[in-house]
Amino acid sequence: MKNKLMLMLAMLLAAVLVLGACGSSDDDTSGDDNNDQGSEEPAEDEGTEDEGTDEETGSDFSVAMVTDEGGVDDRSFNQSAWEGIQAFGEENGLERGTGFDYAQSENAADFLPNFNSLVNQGYNLIFGVGYQLKNAVTEVAMQNPETHFSIIDDVVEADNVASVTFAEEEGSFLAGVAAALKTETNNVGFVGGVTSPLIKRFESGFVAGVKSVNPEIEVQIQYAESFSDEGMGRSIANNMYSSGADVIYHASGAVGLGVFTEARNRVENDPDSNVWVIGVDRDQYEQGQQGDRNVTLTSMVKRVDVAVQEVATRAMNGDFPGGEHLVLGIEDGAISIADTNEEAYTQEIADAVAEWQEKLVNGDVDAPGTDEALEEFLDNL
Amino acid sequence: MEFIDQLVAMMPMVLFYSAPLIFTAIGGVFSERSGVVNIGLEGLMVIGAFSGIVFNIFFADTLGAATPWLSLVAGAIAAGIFSIMHAVAAVSFRANQVVSGVAINMMAVGLGVFLTREIFGRGQTDSITQPFYTETIPFLSEIPIIGDMFFNGVYITSYIAIGVAVLAWFVLYKTTFGLRLRAVGEHPMAADTNGINVTKMRYIAVILSGLLAGLGGATYALTISLSFAGSTISGQGFMSLAAVIFGKWHPLGALGAAVFFGFAQALSVVGNNFDFLSEVPSVYLVILPYVLTVLALAGFIGRAEAPKANGEPYIKGSR
Repeated sequence: MKNKLMLMLAMLLAAVLVLGACGSSDDDTSGDDNNDQGSEEPAEDEGTEDEGTDEETGSDFSVAMVTDEGGVDDRSFNQSAWEGIQAFGEENGLERGTGFDYAQSENAADFLPNFNSLVNQGYNLIFGVGYQLKNAVTEVAMQNPETHFSIIDDVVEADNVASVTFAEEEGSFLAGVAAALKTETNNVGFVGGVTSPLIKRFESGFVAGVKSVNPEIEVQIQYAESFSDEGMGRSIANNMYSSGADVIYHASGAVGLGVFTEARNRVENDPDSNVWVIGVDRDQYEQGQQGDRNVTLTSMVKRVDVAVQEVATRAMNGDFPGGEHLVLGIEDGAISIADTNEEAYTQEIADAVAEWQEKLVNGDVDAPGTDEALEEFLDNL
Repeated sequence: MEFIDQLVAMMPMVLFYSAPLIFTAIGGVFSERSGVVNIGLEGLMVIGAFSGIVFNIFFADTLGAATPWLSLVAGAIAAGIFSIMHAVAAVSFRANQVVSGVAINMMAVGLGVFLTREIFGRGQTDSITQPFYTETIPFLSEIPIIGDMFFNGVYITSYIAIGVAVLAWFVLYKTTFGLRLRAVGEHPMAADTNGINVTKMRYIAVILSGLLAGLGGATYALTISLSFAGSTISGQGFMSLAAVIFGKWHPLGALGAAVFFGFAQALSVVGNNFDFLSEVPSVYLVILPYVLTVLALAGFIGRAEAPKANGEPYIKGSR
C-alpha cells in the first residue's frame, strides 16, 4: 500500500513536470525566481532587523513592496505599484534585489512573512499594496518602528506608516460626466463589486457626475456582491442594457469582464447598437475591442505607480509622510480619465470633462464620496 | 414591465448561465454513477477554460469562424487527459477519491496560472477575438412568448448542453454500456462476477467526466469571461457537484438542478424589476440562489440516494 502511494505521488509529480514543460519558456517573466524568497524565509529571525534601516537618504535608500493575492502581474493594482517602484529604482540608480524588490503573496498567510523578510533584508520603505494587507502592516509597523511602511487603499494609524488612498469619487465624477454626454437614451448604469465604502465612493461620484450634466438622466445601480463572478456581471449588464441603459460604468474587478462580454455580444449581433462600457483602475481599452469597433468609452485610471513614486521620493528626501493619510486625486496626477478610444470619446466629451476637472481641482465642485454626501449634492443641484 | 415580459427577459440569462453547469454536472453524473467521487470537477473546468482560451488566442487567425468550436474540443480533450490522473489515483491505486479530487483542483488552478504567466508574461490572458455570440433562431424566434424566451439571443452551446443531458440519460438508462456503468457503481463485485471489467468502466466514466467538465469550463470561458485568469472558474465546479446531488445522480435531474441555479441567479439580477420584489433589499436577492439551494436540498427532494459503491475503491476478490 505504501509503495502504491509513493508511486502515485511520483506519477502526479511526473505529470506536473510534463505538463509544466509544455509551456513556452520565454524567460520574460520578470523575476518569478524571486517570488518565493519572501514566503520561504521563516519569520522568526528578527535579530537583524535594525541593520541598514537607519540610513534614509541618498543612494543607500531601498524600497520594496508586498503584493496582495493578485500577484505582481495582475495587470491592475499590484502591477501598477510594481511599475512605480521600478521607475523609482531606475530614476535613482537602484539595483533590483538590493535597492528595490517585491515579495509576492499567494494567500493571506504570506503577508506577514513577506513583510518580515523584507524588513530583515533591510529595506527602508515597504509598501503594502491593497486594503487586504491592513492588518499585516499594522502588526509589522508596530514591531519595527525604525522601518517605514506605506499602505495603499486603506488607512493604518501609526507614526511610521504613510496611508495612501485615492479620490476615486473625483475620477468617477468625470466618468459620470462622460457617460452623461454619451448617452442617447438618458439612461446609464453602474455595476459595483461588493458593497463597501470604497465602491460607494465610485458609485456616488459617478451618480453626481451624471446628474451634474443632466439631472434627468436615470442611473441604474446594481451590485454583484462579488469581484470575480463574471456571469453575474454579464447578467446585470444584460438586464441594464435591456432596460434602456446605453453606458455602463463598472467598479467590480473581474465581474466587469462580464459587462464587456455583454456589450461586445450586442455589438456583434447588431453593429449599430449603441452600447458602451467605462472601465476602471486601468485603461481597459483592449478589453472592449470587438471587430472594428471598441465598446470601451473610457476608463477611470488609478495611477498607483504615481502614488508609490511620490511616497518613495518623499521618504528618500527625508520627508516621509509618516502617520499621515494622503488622499491623491486629479491634481496629483494619480487619477485620470483615459482617452484611448478617440472615435467614441469625442472632442466634445473631452472638453466637457476637462472643464469639470478644472472645477474639481479648483474646489468649485466637491465630488461626493458617500451616500449622504451624494444626497446633499443632489439637493443642491 | 409586465411579469411575463420579465420572465421572457430572464430566460436567456438562465440559459447562458446554466450551460457550463449542465455540461459539468453531467460529467459528474457519469463519474459518480460508476462509483468514483469526482470533487475535481472544479479543477477540470479550470483546465477546460484555460485550454479553450489559449487555443482560441493562438488559432483565431488561422481557423477563423471555426475557432470557438475547436476551442471547445481543445478544452474538453485537455481536461479529459487531466482527468486520467484522477482515474489512475482513484481506480488503479485506490487512493482516497476525495483527496485525489482536491489534489486535481489545487493542481489545475496552480498549473493554469503558472502556464498563463509562462506564456503571456502576466496573470491574465488577453481577451479572445473569436468567442461565441448569442444567436437568434429564424422562424422559431417568431413564436410569441416562447420564441423570445428560448430562441432569441441564446447561445448554441446552451442547446448542446441540454442535448448532452438527454443523450446522457439515454446512454445511462437505455444502453448496455449505461447499465454496466451503473452496475459498477452500485455493486462492483456483482458486476465483476458477470464479467464486466470494473476498472475499465470506471476509467471510461472518469475520463468522460473530464471531457464534459472541460467542455463546461471552456463554455464558460468562451461565452462569459472571454479570457483566463486564476479566478475565472470560481465555484462553478462545486455548483455543478451540488447539481449532481440535487439532481439525485440522474442526468435529467442534474439538468433541472443546473437550470434551477441559473434561474435563481437570474432572479437575483432582475428581481428588483418585479413589482412584488422591488421593495426587497437587493442583498436578499443576491443570497437567494444559495438559500433556495439549501431549502431545496433540505426539504423538497427527499432523501438523496447516492450510488451504493460511490467513493469506494473496488478490490478484486475482497468481500
